[in-house]
Amino acid sequence: MAVATPARPHEQTDRGFRAPAGDTIREKFTQLVLLLGTAVALAVLAILIVDITLDGVGGLSLDFLTNYTSRFPEETGIRAGLTGTLSLMVLVALMTFPLGVGAALYLEEFAPRNRWTRLLEANINNLAGVPSIVYGLLGLSVFVFFLGFGRSLITGALTLTALVLPVVIVASREALRAVPREIRDGGLALGGTPLQVAARQTLPAAIPAIMTGMILSLSRAIGETAPILVAGAVFSRRADNEPWNLNEAYTAIPIQIFDFVKRPQAEFQVEVASAAILVLMVLLLIMNSAAIIIRNRYSRNG
Amino acid sequence: MSRVSESQPDGPQSGGGAPRSLTSSRPRYGERLLLGLLWLCAAVSVVITVGIIVVVFTEAIALFRIPGVSIVEFFTDTAWRPFTGPESDAFRIGVLPLLNSTLLITAIALGIAVPLGLATAIYLSEFARPRVRKTVKPILELLAGVPTVVLGYFALTFMTPLLRAIFGVEVVPIFNAMSAGIVVGILIVPTIASISEDAMSAVPRALREGAYGLGAARRQVALKIVFPAALSGIVAAIILGFGRAVGETLIVSLAAGNLPPPDIPALDPFQQVQTMTAYITQAVGGESSRGSVTFQSIFAVGALLFVLTFLVNLIALRIVRRFREEY
Repeated sequence: MAVATPARPHEQTDRGFRAPAGDTIREKFTQLVLLLGTAVALAVLAILIVDITLDGVGGLSLDFLTNYTSRFPEETGIRAGLTGTLSLMVLVALMTFPLGVGAALYLEEFAPRNRWTRLLEANINNLAGVPSIVYGLLGLSVFVFFLGFGRSLITGALTLTALVLPVVIVASREALRAVPREIRDGGLALGGTPLQVAARQTLPAAIPAIMTGMILSLSRAIGETAPILVAGAVFSRRADNEPWNLNEAYTAIPIQIFDFVKRPQAEFQVEVASAAILVLMVLLLIMNSAAIIIRNRYSRNG
Repeated sequence: MSRVSESQPDGPQSGGGAPRSLTSSRPRYGERLLLGLLWLCAAVSVVITVGIIVVVFTEAIALFRIPGVSIVEFFTDTAWRPFTGPESDAFRIGVLPLLNSTLLITAIALGIAVPLGLATAIYLSEFARPRVRKTVKPILELLAGVPTVVLGYFALTFMTPLLRAIFGVEVVPIFNAMSAGIVVGILIVPTIASISEDAMSAVPRALREGAYGLGAARRQVALKIVFPAALSGIVAAIILGFGRAVGETLIVSLAAGNLPPPDIPALDPFQQVQTMTAYITQAVGGESSRGSVTFQSIFAVGALLFVLTFLVNLIALRIVRRFREEY
């Protein structure tokens, strides 16, 4: 009954063996149930995007980007959050790039295969599973109080750096691993020291993939709310953040969204919040597109 | 001779016989310095881990040094009212209601995410054409990349009204565990789907071909051969999803409310709850000075959260490693 005879036993796909197509009712039913399960998650994503766009598109205007927060929903804007998010992004990039790439170079090119290295690797894997709010606790205790940075922009940037550093290291290692062996061997054969080969041959060859990983990690960092909420970001301010003013109070778009949604007035909760969400999503979309463009351009030539 | 070529006979770039420097007689101090710097970069991740552990636990222990706060009550008392301070009669500092809320929401989330995630994984791995798979996987990654504050907004302004329309306004309060739990479930579908799919794709072709050779249908191969063979990877995926759900913050603090359940065990999904993470965001919002019960309790709850997720991830990584070695 349920056993279908293999109709096309030799059909091959790029993943190898292609199963015979079933034609009984139970076979079709199973497929349908699985397909529905798959469709639910995709449908929710579609509903989410449509819902937020419908709610928020009316609230979007140039004024919304250039005004500070206000008590009046029609006058409010996310200028403070936008400058805060962009400042955080610059600072996190400046810190994670050297640290992440340095760590990846060490682990991938130089680290001896011993217990210490295995510990480092296990540690990086474990860090990736720590809830983001716990990084906020680290920031609150160490950066705000112990190091005395207070609830300032640098505290937020350091907290987010700690959060995305493991991700950047893993992505950069994969980028380095993808560089063909011949490039290294060629450099070594010409008399380069391992460090020269790593710096002048391997790293440049891996840079596009590293950049892709960096941009994706940064887009994760600027979408995060919990760590900087705990590490002292303020809900609203009437001043800009600049990446060179490290000691100022700071806010960010996700924090402002959180604040808007928590306000009692429906205008803030729905229109203003969803307009701010649209700004954040567009920012993330730009970053992800940039990452994909870099990946596609260089993977073809490389 | 450089330290590097000596110390890693099987390193990535030395496989072809790393050149022991033939000519240099003077040591390259600059290179050693640079290597040291790279080593420091790698060590930063250890500093972060040690920092988290030291900070969270020392600050948590400081809570129990405050007179009137007992660690036994913290783990056994059934009410959570820390804001009044230990002088007040109303003061109760039992973390169980928060833990109960977290587990209730995680259970709802897994109830949503396990069937959906596994259906997605089986479909993509065993049934979907390659082109479908290549389209669906990036879209799932997109879902995984939506900031959680956005999902929190979605839970509060879309899922909650939907639930209220279905079950009635009297049954479903504005803040409830169900709405948050469902959306947390959606959040972890990509985690469960993608790791399970990897595990199923890793099942050797020979197993499938053997089953087909015996006349099995595709449904039977998927459910009776591939699924059991990939089970340890699937379990690991579910455990990792559990870890993510326990640590989720924004969805629960926006949609599930800020009221620790008065009676535990609280199992009603249509009630307001307060998870451990939601308590942390609520308590940091108020101006609490360092050394106060409120401030230190943030870290005590955080320490519990850290231990919980750390253990869960450790177990999952163990299982993943074992299933990789099987084939």
